[in-house]
Amino acid sequence: MRFTKAGAVVLAAGLAVSLTACGSGFSSGGSTQDNKKPLSILIGSSGDAETASVKAEVAAWSKTSGIKATVTVASDLNQQLAQGFSAGKPADVFYLSTDQLAGYASNGSLYEYGDKLTNKSDFYPSLVKSFTYDNKLVCAPKDFSTLQLIINTELWKQAGLTDSDIPTTWDQLTDVAKKLTTGSQTGLVIGGEYARIGAFMTQAGGNLMNADSTKATADSDANVKALDYVKQNLAAGDFKFAADVGAGWGGEAFGKQLGAMTIEGNWITGSQTADYPSVKYKVVPLPKGPAGAGTLQFTNCWGIAADSANKAGALSLVQQLTTKSDQLAFAKAFGVMPSIQSAASEWKKEFPALVPFLDAAAYAKGVPTAKGSADVVTDFNSQVAKLSTGDPKTILSSTQTNLDALLK
Amino acid sequence: MTATTARLPRRRGASIRRGQAVSGWLFTAPVLILLGLFLLIPVLMAAWVSVSDWTGRGSPLSPDVHFIGAANYGQVLWAGGLSERDFGTALKNNFWYVILVVPIQTIVALALALAVNRRMLRGRGFFRTAYYFPSVTSSVAITVLWLFLFSTTGAVNAVIAWFGVKGPNWFNEPAGIFHFGAVNGPVALESNTLLGVSWWDWLGGPSVAMTAFIILAVFTTGGTFMLLFLAALQNISADVEEAAMVDGANAAQRFFRVTLPQLRPTLFTVITLGLIGCWQVFDQIYTGTRGNPSKTTLTPAYLSYTAAFNNQQWGQGAAIAFILFVIIIIFTLIQRWVLSEKAVSKRRMGWITRAERSSTAQSPKATGHVAIVGASRNGSGSPEEDDS
Repeated sequence: MRFTKAGAVVLAAGLAVSLTACGSGFSSGGSTQDNKKPLSILIGSSGDAETASVKAEVAAWSKTSGIKATVTVASDLNQQLAQGFSAGKPADVFYLSTDQLAGYASNGSLYEYGDKLTNKSDFYPSLVKSFTYDNKLVCAPKDFSTLQLIINTELWKQAGLTDSDIPTTWDQLTDVAKKLTTGSQTGLVIGGEYARIGAFMTQAGGNLMNADSTKATADSDANVKALDYVKQNLAAGDFKFAADVGAGWGGEAFGKQLGAMTIEGNWITGSQTADYPSVKYKVVPLPKGPAGAGTLQFTNCWGIAADSANKAGALSLVQQLTTKSDQLAFAKAFGVMPSIQSAASEWKKEFPALVPFLDAAAYAKGVPTAKGSADVVTDFNSQVAKLSTGDPKTILSSTQTNLDALLK
Repeated sequence: MTATTARLPRRRGASIRRGQAVSGWLFTAPVLILLGLFLLIPVLMAAWVSVSDWTGRGSPLSPDVHFIGAANYGQVLWAGGLSERDFGTALKNNFWYVILVVPIQTIVALALALAVNRRMLRGRGFFRTAYYFPSVTSSVAITVLWLFLFSTTGAVNAVIAWFGVKGPNWFNEPAGIFHFGAVNGPVALESNTLLGVSWWDWLGGPSVAMTAFIILAVFTTGGTFMLLFLAALQNISADVEEAAMVDGANAAQRFFRVTLPQLRPTLFTVITLGLIGCWQVFDQIYTGTRGNPSKTTLTPAYLSYTAAFNNQQWGQGAAIAFILFVIIIIFTLIQRWVLSEKAVSKRRMGWITRAERSSTAQSPKATGHVAIVGASRNGSGSPEEDDS
């Protein structure tokens, strides 16, 4: 191709113009505040029930505040959030998970409004810890879930077990799992990942990181003890990972009666009612380990973008969405647990069968929140999937190295 | 240009051509602008992001974003951390994917094309459509279908069970197929690593889960490339084949010495497209396994996506994309060199002339045909002709 001078000039000018156009488009937004500006809310929904109830509560707030607000359901929340932030036009209010928090807080994408919340002291302290970055509460915990032991009551009876056999120690758990293992049915089937096995770590007094995610504690003796316990039971065949029985997750294995027990969170109730209504089950606290009771908790918060043009409005909306009445409405609609302590007693009255989940709030530990920890957990998961042939110490020490690297 | 004496006549000629040049630029402007806006600028910006500390907030061209040299490349290539190990794992997975998919899909496509090109085959139209069908179906739909077919209790395992064999737990089985069930390898292989991945793992081949994706890739793209081969086969004149028959070449000789050399340009296209497509595998991983089990279906393209969008490591994500770009270029160059027309070696040339001389001596009639076969071997379209 022959390149004439005029052509080159035109092309260069075109490039320059479009590049500057890009630049201006990217950096706009955020500076001027307008208290009446409409809000956009981006959520990652578990289903129609969740979408409808969030929409209803937001609409109710719009009516009283006079600020328009639209709820959008993301098909891939992380991706859509990232796109919004890089374009300089993020959603005003959005669901934010614990593992995404540090990344967005560190680059200044988030409006750190925690101290402005009037109900700040009402949130469970462990949840507040999960959303604290640089000693500041970044966003309001939306709700939370914990893990407990789910028992198939019919298989339990068939194995000749009674309520007095409900395990309260690791040894008893091994015992009942052995009794419940027959044919194609395994005693305990759980997901082969940190988000389930981590419960055993906390029962032994360990976890991958300390509560503030400022120190890696992966290679502690407690964690080795926990993985050793799980490995022994995997070797004996009393425990199995969901993937190894051909199920996508513990709840599926439980519903298909491939496992008589599983370890899952309060979300399991929804899927059991929808997919396996005939399976009768009961939620009991996980057994105590060498260091007492322990479990993991999972939570999301209501993030507000630093680039939002109406931060005051967004804050008022979040304040409303975290009130007792709104949180109880969400709980009724899609089975989450309120993030504020003052809603606990009413929630327990409403869902007596699920009380162990909420009781766990007293001792549950959060998952690591350090920037990049999600990658390390994924790596840990990839090794733990092969735990039955792997060496717990090797797995944990490589995880320790990876976590240490994040904190440098 | 500088000579003033030549200016007058030159200008007249140039003015006519200048008009042409302007309209030329005008007509190509829409495409140039579109390509510039949606291809060139994004690529340049990605190149910048790969050497910057952009965190994914606001413009990458803002003054707050700094040049940090090759640090992002270092993270995935030589820093020795988790990022390097992840990249090594992704590269290992994709390497085996390419090594197995490209040859198999090319052979399958060629075989299918030869089959449906046969004149005596009944219902050729039906078969052509049937083989092409997977190619026009959305890759997401096919991946979901695959997840069902290859589930533990799925159709594939049911068929395997007819032979009394218990099928593997396909998409949940991280074991490498060339490890043949061995869990630990020799210490020498286990302890030495490349990009954070032990040689034992590099040599282990694709995992069982990745093998299912390999079968999927062959299934879907086989039809597409069959179409390319079919078009090329129909361009080959039947005379040449007849001439070879008269010369007494059997079916295998006719295929390898007459048909295949004439398909060289198409072969080049198919392998190039296959290489590029295979190194960029993403949809199946995104909709199917997301890198599981045990990261054995992680690919560089998917890793680049998660690094950027899930972990806000935009620089690393862009760096991985550019490394992938270099890998594709290198593989294509190697392939181009392997398939290029090489001068016939002296030994072979001697063999040809000897054959010619002896056939002239024995039967003068056959000389012409040998010449045609020779021509078709050496003088078929070169790759350069095809893709320019």
